[in-house]
Amino acid sequence: MKIRVDPDKCQGHARCYGLAPELFDVDDYGQASVIVDQVPAELEHKAHLAIANCPEYAIEVVSDEH
Amino acid sequence: MARTAPVSDWATDFDVLDPGYIADPFRIWDGLRSGCPIAHTERRGSNWLPTRYDDVTAIAHDIEHFSSLKVAVIPVDNDEPDDSPALEYGLPPISADPPLHTWTRRLLLPWFSHRRVETYVPLTRQLCRSLLDGFAERGQADAASEYAQQIPVRVIAHILGVSTDMADSFTQWVRDVLEFADDAERRIAATEGLLNYFVAQLEVRRHAPGDDLLSELLQTEVDGAPLEDSLILGIAALVLIAGVDTTWSAIGSSLWHLSTHARDLEQLVADPDLMPVAIEELLRAYSPVTMARVVTHDVEFGGCPMKEGDKVLMNFPAANRDPDVFERPDVVDLARAKNRHVAFGSGIHRCAGSNLARMELQVALEEWLHRIPSFTLDQGREMTWAGGQVRGPRVLPVTF
Repeated sequence: MKIRVDPDKCQGHARCYGLAPELFDVDDYGQASVIVDQVPAELEHKAHLAIANCPEYAIEVVSDEH
Repeated sequence: MARTAPVSDWATDFDVLDPGYIADPFRIWDGLRSGCPIAHTERRGSNWLPTRYDDVTAIAHDIEHFSSLKVAVIPVDNDEPDDSPALEYGLPPISADPPLHTWTRRLLLPWFSHRRVETYVPLTRQLCRSLLDGFAERGQADAASEYAQQIPVRVIAHILGVSTDMADSFTQWVRDVLEFADDAERRIAATEGLLNYFVAQLEVRRHAPGDDLLSELLQTEVDGAPLEDSLILGIAALVLIAGVDTTWSAIGSSLWHLSTHARDLEQLVADPDLMPVAIEELLRAYSPVTMARVVTHDVEFGGCPMKEGDKVLMNFPAANRDPDVFERPDVVDLARAKNRHVAFGSGIHRCAGSNLARMELQVALEEWLHRIPSFTLDQGREMTWAGGQVRGPRVLPVTF
């Protein structure tokens, strides 16, 4: 699974980082980014949790492939 | 307190300062959402009140039609709390549109990044423990004035680099500006007190800079020139005004919920790992903050003829109770997995201090529950809520 944060939609709520710091970081100006190339299988549920909690709908699934 | 005439029809004559609305706005929003989801009033000018999540977030994102130049929910004769002549630029970035909003926000954000906020944790934890020392053995306390109210103001004072001895004055100024804004004398005196204090503090730092936010703003250059004093004053006033009443209200509302919902209290005490998810749910269910926008030119939105100069009250608290977005929205589920709440707003004005607020709420609850794991609302004593721009308990008697 691959995911990305749309930088135009992200407003720095940091909900993704709070729920899954293994997958996301947020910089000093509130811009979130994905810090892994491939989401490890055991963290996929956390990726889905982050997607479902983003108030700006800014996190996208790029690829579902394992 | 607020002067309000009784409301007979919430769709056409709402009043956010109505005592019934302050005590229990939830039923009123439910009624509006299913019938007339964007209410209107002519009280204190022409104001609109959206109650659906999609409407509130759409307006927050439409900065072309909805400006942030007026964000006060309770204006008096169109004389805004931030209309002081010393505040030429208002309170940027909250009361600014791009481009002023964009670059002033970038000055502030690093002070509230999750990494910076982590460095404020030890002092916040120590502060909470010393407050608890003051009453934990007593068996009863006012969790609002003796605890919740005392925490954010001191953390903000630390960030600004000013004395925590001023905490009571800061709290009073902020309440007078936000909660008692319809009392012009009180509001104007508080604004003056706050600005005079910061003017003096800037003078001190001009000669002896520290490592605090005020000192950094004094040393900041934009396009080769230092920031104007009125900009620095506006930013400093914003940090204080936005960082005190709001988080204190979230802490108080969360403690109120736990004091009246024994099963939730037991669940949180038994499973401390639930805390990060639980605080998001408490923020959703008891979102403290309503902001305002001003209509820039006539627009029809959701079938409502909004006129230039009208205000829209950004009802984030009602959006967070919208059944179209949240399953069983009136049930507080501390383990709620899907929670796109907008307690910190939506779009480019997302609360710049949200990381700080979240940390303060979490630490305040952790320390309270560690020391006082079992407590209940004292039904024999009166509790009170503040409302309008910021909703939360102001007197919260609990026993333990």
